[in-house]
Amino acid sequence: MITTGRFYAEGAANGTAVVLSEPLSFYGGVDSETGKIIDHAHPELGRCITGSVLVMPGGRGSSSSSSVLAEIIRKGTGPVAIILGTPDPIMVVASLVAESLYGLRCPIVVCDIAGISDGDEVHIGRGGNGGAEVQVLSVSASALS
Amino acid sequence: MTLKLNAEDTALLNGDAGEGTALAMRILAAYSEAIGAEAMLPISGAHIDGCLYHGAANVDFVERLLDGNARVRVPTTLNVGSLDLIHPEIMQISTDDASPHKRLMAAHEALGCLPSFTCAPYQTLFRPRFGDQVAWGESNAIVFANSVIGARTNRYGDFIDLCCAITGKAPAWGLHLDQNRRGQLLYTLKGFPASIEPTDALFTAVGLIVGKMSGERIPVIDGLPAPRDEDQLKALGAAAAASGAVGLFHIVGVTPEAPTIEAAFQGLPPEATFEITPADVETALRQLSTVPDGAPIVAVCLGTPHFSRPEWERLLSCLGDVRPGRGIPIYVNTGRATLEGLEKDGLLAGTDRFGLQPVADTCTYVTSILQDLTGVIMTNSGKWAYYAPGNLGCEVSFGTIEDCVQSAALGCVARGAI
Repeated sequence: MITTGRFYAEGAANGTAVVLSEPLSFYGGVDSETGKIIDHAHPELGRCITGSVLVMPGGRGSSSSSSVLAEIIRKGTGPVAIILGTPDPIMVVASLVAESLYGLRCPIVVCDIAGISDGDEVHIGRGGNGGAEVQVLSVSASALS
Repeated sequence: MTLKLNAEDTALLNGDAGEGTALAMRILAAYSEAIGAEAMLPISGAHIDGCLYHGAANVDFVERLLDGNARVRVPTTLNVGSLDLIHPEIMQISTDDASPHKRLMAAHEALGCLPSFTCAPYQTLFRPRFGDQVAWGESNAIVFANSVIGARTNRYGDFIDLCCAITGKAPAWGLHLDQNRRGQLLYTLKGFPASIEPTDALFTAVGLIVGKMSGERIPVIDGLPAPRDEDQLKALGAAAAASGAVGLFHIVGVTPEAPTIEAAFQGLPPEATFEITPADVETALRQLSTVPDGAPIVAVCLGTPHFSRPEWERLLSCLGDVRPGRGIPIYVNTGRATLEGLEKDGLLAGTDRFGLQPVADTCTYVTSILQDLTGVIMTNSGKWAYYAPGNLGCEVSFGTIEDCVQSAALGCVARGAI
């Protein structure tokens, strides 16, 4: 399945989708050493987001999340890309800071996230008109049956 | 693309003012796109909340801007850092020049930021005026600037506040625009006596209640008495910004954009209405303390946000009357400018024998100053009481300045008239 979207931070990435049912505030929400979700109020407490294509409805929380996301990108414990249902400026700032300081890209795409399931293989790249193209290969059991 | 840059914006983006400014403009433009702003506007001041070290990216970012010859274009104050540079001996972490905390504070100064190191820049000479467009970080400063002064800022923060200061611009969006400052939720005080006394506790409690229920929407509060002074509005805002995400509140008949309810709502009806009763206030206050009255205390922490000169005068007068002698430390966070004024006027002479320890440039709940965290700490700050148990792992009790001093004298949580 291919979805088109909009880049808020450009780049290409491939990874496995970690789909969160609720927005995650990186500040106080993620352990920067392990990449695990540590927010006790978050439904996906304990999930590891390292190396994933992180998918969530949108953003939440304070601007201090920009520092935390920039740090986990720097440390290599962050996601390889983020796909959101609605744009979030705090994550966009973090991605651009990490890219400008360390040359590490964590693309941020906004598109319809309904068709992406947890565990799906996701490829993000540039579409024909300069927008974002999100290719989703479903590897969940229901897709195979 | 919704954002249209003008010639000046584009020149900055293209590097006319150097690589550092170009980077700041690139990030600011991306941020502005993400929020759907259509244009930028010029700002007359900024307040940066970038001096708290969260990781290497914080220092690397500021040093990169310096390497690119960036300088702030508008008068820019700094929020607290992690170090008290006036009293380095009280710090439990290194104050060496090489420490990342120190590097971060120093790098901001090198960019041309004023070393105010206070979360109450509105108490300094750099206080904005009604209608000024500014870019401020730090939740209590933001809500004070918007609500008490009627200046205009969005809830800026990490990295982006500095980008605004360096470019002299902010997105023409959100609270910078008239129509977005309209009140949305109405809170009416109900069940209080006809002439309500303006107490510190009342303003703190109302702030906590309104913050929790408002999320990011704009509350209008009706029925609060005129405050004794703006420190009570400071306490309300700090509590609301901590328990919720309030960036602007209106108090009918008190704050500058709310002479009447109609003005606060710009003629439109509220989206929802709520009542605040004395029982609600009592509950909110009770929830701030994690221990009952009578519990032994190990320290007192005052000044979150930073103590103003009037608050200091109340405290010093009370200390002089009560004369605590148990050696329980009374930490008071304050701006270095305020501290200098007190010292110049000789008001702090001999106060250390009462356990008084002024803390400048930082705050006792964000860094390592308190030595004994094994017991109860008493505070007059709703914000301190809200965050400290999570940040420091301590127990906390909330009371007035006078309650705190009395408790230091007795060694346990005590309330009521001295």
